[in-house]
Formats: sequence, structure tokens, C-alpha cells
Amino acid sequence: MIPQRTATSSTLTLHVNDTAHTVTVDHRATLLDVLREQLDLTGSKKGCDHGQCGACTVLLEGRRANSCLLLAVAHDGAHLTTVEGLGDEERPHPLQQAFHERDAFQCGYCTPGQIVSGVGMLCEAAEGHPSHATRREELQRATGAPAELDRDEIRERMSGNLCRCGAYPHIVEAIEDVREHVGGGTDHASRRTEEVTA
Amino acid sequence: MKPFTFERATSPEQAVSAFAAQPHARFLAGGTNLVDLMKLGVETPAHLIDVSKLPLNDIEPTPEGGLRVGANVRNSDLAAHTAVCRDYPALAQALLSGASGQLRNLATTGGNLLQRTRCPYFQDLTAPCNKREPGAGCSAREGVNRDMAVLGHSEHCVATHPSDMAVALAAYDAEVELLGPEGDRTVPAADFHRLPGDSPERDTVLRPGELISHVTLPPPPPGARAAYRKARDRASYAFALASAAAVLALDGDGTVRHAALAFGGVAHRPWRARTAEEMLIGSRADAETFARAADAELAVARPLSDNAFKVPLARNVAVHLLTTLAETPDRPAGS
Repeated sequence: MIPQRTATSSTLTLHVNDTAHTVTVDHRATLLDVLREQLDLTGSKKGCDHGQCGACTVLLEGRRANSCLLLAVAHDGAHLTTVEGLGDEERPHPLQQAFHERDAFQCGYCTPGQIVSGVGMLCEAAEGHPSHATRREELQRATGAPAELDRDEIRERMSGNLCRCGAYPHIVEAIEDVREHVGGGTDHASRRTEEVTA
Repeated sequence: MKPFTFERATSPEQAVSAFAAQPHARFLAGGTNLVDLMKLGVETPAHLIDVSKLPLNDIEPTPEGGLRVGANVRNSDLAAHTAVCRDYPALAQALLSGASGQLRNLATTGGNLLQRTRCPYFQDLTAPCNKREPGAGCSAREGVNRDMAVLGHSEHCVATHPSDMAVALAAYDAEVELLGPEGDRTVPAADFHRLPGDSPERDTVLRPGELISHVTLPPPPPGARAAYRKARDRASYAFALASAAAVLALDGDGTVRHAALAFGGVAHRPWRARTAEEMLIGSRADAETFARAADAELAVARPLSDNAFKVPLARNVAVHLLTTLAETPDRPAGS
């Protein structure tokens, strides 16, 4: 039985990794709380819980976002992709495979957030989004063409994901390995999600 | 976090009426700062009015040749917009120098203006803070004040405003459009934030229940070059120690025809450098002039025990920025 809405809780539907879930949430719950505690999707990690570390990064409507700062009640009907939706052991996402091959982690706690953020970042770059590392002349040309990602660009664009172990050099290499193949609307992240009744 | 009731606004006007009926309400947009402050217990709304789905997410050209930006336009979308990158590069640069990719995807134009100071004492419920609790005292003034204001602070508050975007908007003479229970009005972006004086609890001139609907940019001055430069403790994802936005247009003989300069990270609001601008206009655009103007502006600085470095830092940021702009070749006509 679905509990009724109260003054400080609501019932809503979240489309997570192509599956619809109807949940009743306390208004104070963040999407991260709901993913981990109600939907048993514990890949997204609670690091700082203040939007500073990026361990909770998910794709919200295809764009990377800190799920610890998103109140679930404000996202009724939203489509989310978590690290679990990118791939699994049998069919890893190319960036998951690259992290494995490049040994781009040590303790692994930040890794799901790094990978989801990396996928979101590559989509942003494919859409021509500039960054702080983009030169002013190039910024002003504003062609909308896909951004070229050298190491400075990757490091700048990934600065919202902290790694306490300091695995950054290998994380950058892993992203370099897939930068030509991820983004531009062909990967898992931007595929159309379909409603499935839970 | 305190429990709260929630509603999704159906129109900007309905949002304003809903707020008027709920004295302890807050508008929720991207939530990147508000939700954080609710977790910390700094913000304790009894009711949230979600304005994030309101149709205020367009970037449209104005009849005058400027741009009108809806309050719900995300920071990342504003920074990537072709017309913003081409005609308002200082705004795009300011946005891209702030926060992280994830946060810029959530943070809105209106919410960026309304974000609160990151003064650690403001965020710490165990520390007295006049901004959080008027009359409690200021822990920062005699405390760890390295990141605090050097301009325009008062005995009641030495906090800085953290926005990069607002600094660029001030330099571009943007205007903030407000909807409110007593009607609509427009406020210059440079006057939207206020100095703390004896009421540091008020960051802006926003009246109770007013909602930001749009930010409008006038057409950039003909031939203007503009940029944003930010000094911080690490190369990315940090608030400014000092920053500057400048819009500069020169005559053919190298004299300054238009100059707008605003500092960030040094005051309770973006600091529009009117004294420097007056000195620059009609003067020769060279490093010596820029240094004299920056020094004149910063002559009123009153550093605290640990932040005297901010004065020469702000000066050098401004001089480097203006010099770079003066040396930038003109863009071909029509580009």
C-alpha cells in the first residue's frame, strides 16, 4: 500500500536507469538518500553531502548533477541515470572499462561519481560547452563545435570530483582513452529512457 | 533539517501570492545553496515554493540589441549560449570560473544572485554572526578573516559576496527584473546587492516576497572588449580571493572611450569601481594609467588583520586584465 501524502511527505515517481519507481519521501530527503536507502542503488556515494566532493554525481535528464543537493520532492517525474545504469560487469560502459584498464582509482569511493561525471562531461564537450580552460578568443568564436579536450580541459571540467587518494593522473588518462567515443548522443547516458512500471 | 511543506508554483504570479500567504517560505530553484544551508540549519523554512519549473528559462534578444535572460536559465546554459560567449565574454568567463560542472548544471541565474556568503562563521551555528542572527556579533572581524572583505565592510559584518556572475553583470550594466506583491520593478545589477552597514542580514535590496524573473543585459558598447579574471587558492573550483570584470572600449588614438570595472571577492557586493572608471575615461589606455586608476579605487580599502594581501592582489588582477584588453586586437567588423 502506498502511504498517503502528508504535510511534510509526498508520493512521487522517479525514472531511474529506465525503471519507474513510485516512492513516498519525506520532503527533507535528497535524491541521493532515496537512491541509496529506498531504491537500493548504493553506487552513488555520500561523501561530503554538501555538493563539494562529487561522489554523489548522477545524470539528471542526461546532465551531471550533485544528487545530495537535489530534494527528491522537487523532482517528481525526473529521469535519472546512476552508475548502475551505465553498465555492469558483463557489459561495462567504455569509461568504466577505461578506469579498470588505467587503474584510475585506489580506494574506489569517489569512482562512481568520477565515472558518471566523466560521461556527463564528455556529453557537454560534445555539445560544444566551453570551460574555464577555453581561451577567450575561442570562447568568443562560439561555433558550438565539439570542444577539444586536452589534459588541461579534462582537469578543469572534472574539478567537481575530488579524489582523496589522488588518483587524478590515471583518471585523466582513462578519460583521454574514451574521449573520442563517448558523448555526442550515442552513449548510454543520452539514450532515451522509457517508462517502465515498477 | 527542519520538516517543511512543499508546493510547485504554477506561474510566477502564483509563486508571489503563495509566498505572501506563507511568512516562513523560501523560493526553491536550483537549490545548490539553499538546500546546503538547510542541512546546516542556517536556513529553516517552514514551506518551500518550487519555482524551478516556471517558464523563465529562455535567453532572448531584446529590441535594443541586448539579451534578456530568464531567472531559471542554468549557469551552464548561460555560459554556453552563443550570443553570451560572443557578445558578453566576461559573463561567460565569470560563470565558467565559478563552482563545478555539476553545480553549474543546477544553479540558476536568479539563484546565483541570491546565494549567501561562504563566511565560515555564517555557516557555523555555534559562532555568533550578525548576518544569521542580527545583534549576535561578528566572529569574523577578529577571527580568521583572510577571505573576508577589504572594501565597504562595517563593524557588524565583514563577509564577501561569493558570486562571480554578479561581478560581470555589474560591469555590463545589467538590470534585474523583479515581481513582487506590490508590483514589478527593475533594479540595476550593480545596486542589487548592498553593503552590510548595520543590517548585514539583508544581502540585497530585494523586498520580502519579491521573485527575480529576468536579468537583462544592454547591448555591449560598440567596439568593447571584455573579460573576467579571478585569483583563488587553487586553479579551479574555489571562490575568488579577488576577481575583476572589465568592459573596455578605445578610440582610434588609444584613449579610453568606455570603461566599466567591477571587483569580486573583496566586498559584501560586487564592487563597481566608479572612481577608477572616471579616471580611465578619456585617458591613454596603458598599464600606468590602469595602475593609477586601480590604486585610486583601492585607496579606500580597509584590510583586516589577515587580508591586507587582497588589496595589491585586486590591483594586480585589474591592471593585468585591463592591459590585456587594451592589447587585444579589434575583432573584424561584423564578427
